[in-house]
Amino acid sequence: MANLLHIVVCAGVVPDPLQTLEPVTGPNGPGLKNEMVLPAVLDPWAASALYEAANLATKNPGSKLWLVSLGSKAKLQQVMMTVAQKAAFELVPIDGPIGGFPDAHSTAAVLAETIAALPGLDRAKLLLFGGWESATRGAGVTLQLVGERLGITDQFQGVDQIDLHEDGSFEVLERVEGGKHQVSVCAGTPAVLGWATGNLAEPPNNPQVGMKNMRTIMPALAKAKAAKLEANGLRYLSVSLPKQQRTTRVEKNMSPDEIAAELVAWIGAE
Amino acid sequence: METILVLAHADETGSALTRASLETVTAGLELAARLSAPLTIGIVAADATAAANALSTTGARLLAVSGEAFAQARYASDAAACEALCRAAKATIVLAPGTSRFTRVAASVAHRLGGFIDTHITALAGTETIEASRWFYRQRVEAVLNREARPWFLLLDAGTHAAFAAEPATAQVEQVAVQLPEIRTTVSGFRAPTEDQQTIRPDAKMLLVAGAGWTKKQPDGQIHAAEASELILGFLHATSSSLGSSKSLVDQGGEGNFVLPFLTHLNQIGQTGATPRHAKGLSTCCHGEEPHVVGWRFIADRRAISLDPNCGWTRGKADVVYIADAFPVIAKVNALLEAKKA
Repeated sequence: MANLLHIVVCAGVVPDPLQTLEPVTGPNGPGLKNEMVLPAVLDPWAASALYEAANLATKNPGSKLWLVSLGSKAKLQQVMMTVAQKAAFELVPIDGPIGGFPDAHSTAAVLAETIAALPGLDRAKLLLFGGWESATRGAGVTLQLVGERLGITDQFQGVDQIDLHEDGSFEVLERVEGGKHQVSVCAGTPAVLGWATGNLAEPPNNPQVGMKNMRTIMPALAKAKAAKLEANGLRYLSVSLPKQQRTTRVEKNMSPDEIAAELVAWIGAE
Repeated sequence: METILVLAHADETGSALTRASLETVTAGLELAARLSAPLTIGIVAADATAAANALSTTGARLLAVSGEAFAQARYASDAAACEALCRAAKATIVLAPGTSRFTRVAASVAHRLGGFIDTHITALAGTETIEASRWFYRQRVEAVLNREARPWFLLLDAGTHAAFAAEPATAQVEQVAVQLPEIRTTVSGFRAPTEDQQTIRPDAKMLLVAGAGWTKKQPDGQIHAAEASELILGFLHATSSSLGSSKSLVDQGGEGNFVLPFLTHLNQIGQTGATPRHAKGLSTCCHGEEPHVVGWRFIADRRAISLDPNCGWTRGKADVVYIADAFPVIAKVNALLEAKKA
């Protein structure tokens, strides 16, 4: 028998990893140079969470999937053009600042407030998904804080797998130190799962799913509420690029034997 | 005046502290000395006696939460334990190791205490205030920050401080009682490759990274995957290195292509993978572009073998780049290492 799940995925938008990033400090604190024109993607680990959520929702008919995202409307719209073709979901956009420098506690407060107010959400059936860390702030705390604010006391981070049982309980594999997974069994929803990579490949684009999603995404974006994020006493003393540019020795004419001998000496050196 | 609490937890034995916890003790001692602040150490363990004894010479007040419920890492019990320790210590600054166990709960504990948290801290400086360094955008932008709000939780990255070590002696420990909530999660154990097949070794001196080139067609027009597997495993065996991978190589498995059988997403280094700490790193058959190389931020000495003289490694990202085919080079390296051993 399938379980009826209400899955909420929290996912931000981040600069495409291939872009060059340059920090700048403005009147509102640090940010990235030309941040608004940098091509953006859905946060990679949160994207894994979305694909896993869509897979779970498909396997459990009657389940619902929301994607809650805090970011500028223009960026969200750009990213949704692609993401909307990957999985069926209801977008809940929040118009607010993007980037890694706003305080995670403020972000969590806004997300929790939004989720708590979702029409039709049954919190007893809630699986709160997201990436275990973002590719911007990378703090790995936002999802915990949202879960704590929603009163959820079963939380898992670095999740690579969830196996739902017929009785509503589920087994979770979480990444721990040393290349291992911790295996836990939770009695059932509600729970928070911060996803690592998961086991699913990125779904192919499905234009039909995209068109269906976009019918609700565009009105949702138009109605997105604006959120202001408090600094909570967080102060940046400096923000800079690393200065480590190495002087690279490029060896183009060494034979495999010569390279091997040099590498063996290097490996053995303290 | 600040008061400092270091949170520490036991390893899988249930009694000895993890290395990351001992590193955080060192950070706590240094910070307490710099700020002339009192230091408390709170221990979460099934049995905290041995862990407390190991810390007896620190001069810190020792608190502990003990019992079978705390033998396992689990959100509900660990959050309750850490909350109880924080309330007992009444600290303004809480330092904790950024282990999977404490990373799972520390933010929520900070929230329960009306405090704030910053994670992945790599350095603590300042004499009047605390200046914490951390990376943003997956190790691409570095920032120094502080906060006025208290309590302020700081999760320290592993490998940023020396581990505290001293002769153990009998210590006075104050046991802290914990009101456990309903426990709905049972930890049933760990899943890992068998010891001789485990390729992720966080304590190794060296990291070997295998890129997608290992499974590409070679000059004879064929894919030599079995040979690639043998060479990589031979190198790991001979050097006790840890194995990392580029995203593109790991992803090949999900796309149904041939993949090296011992590689999983846990081996992945970079933007969507790990950022390990090793003294040396050797990259093979990997293009060295930014999304991968951000995972090398804490690899001190870097070398790469690549067929592409314009690859990312040659642009100031490695110390030495050999423009060569990794197959014959690694075969020769393995042979030399075996001969050396014999």
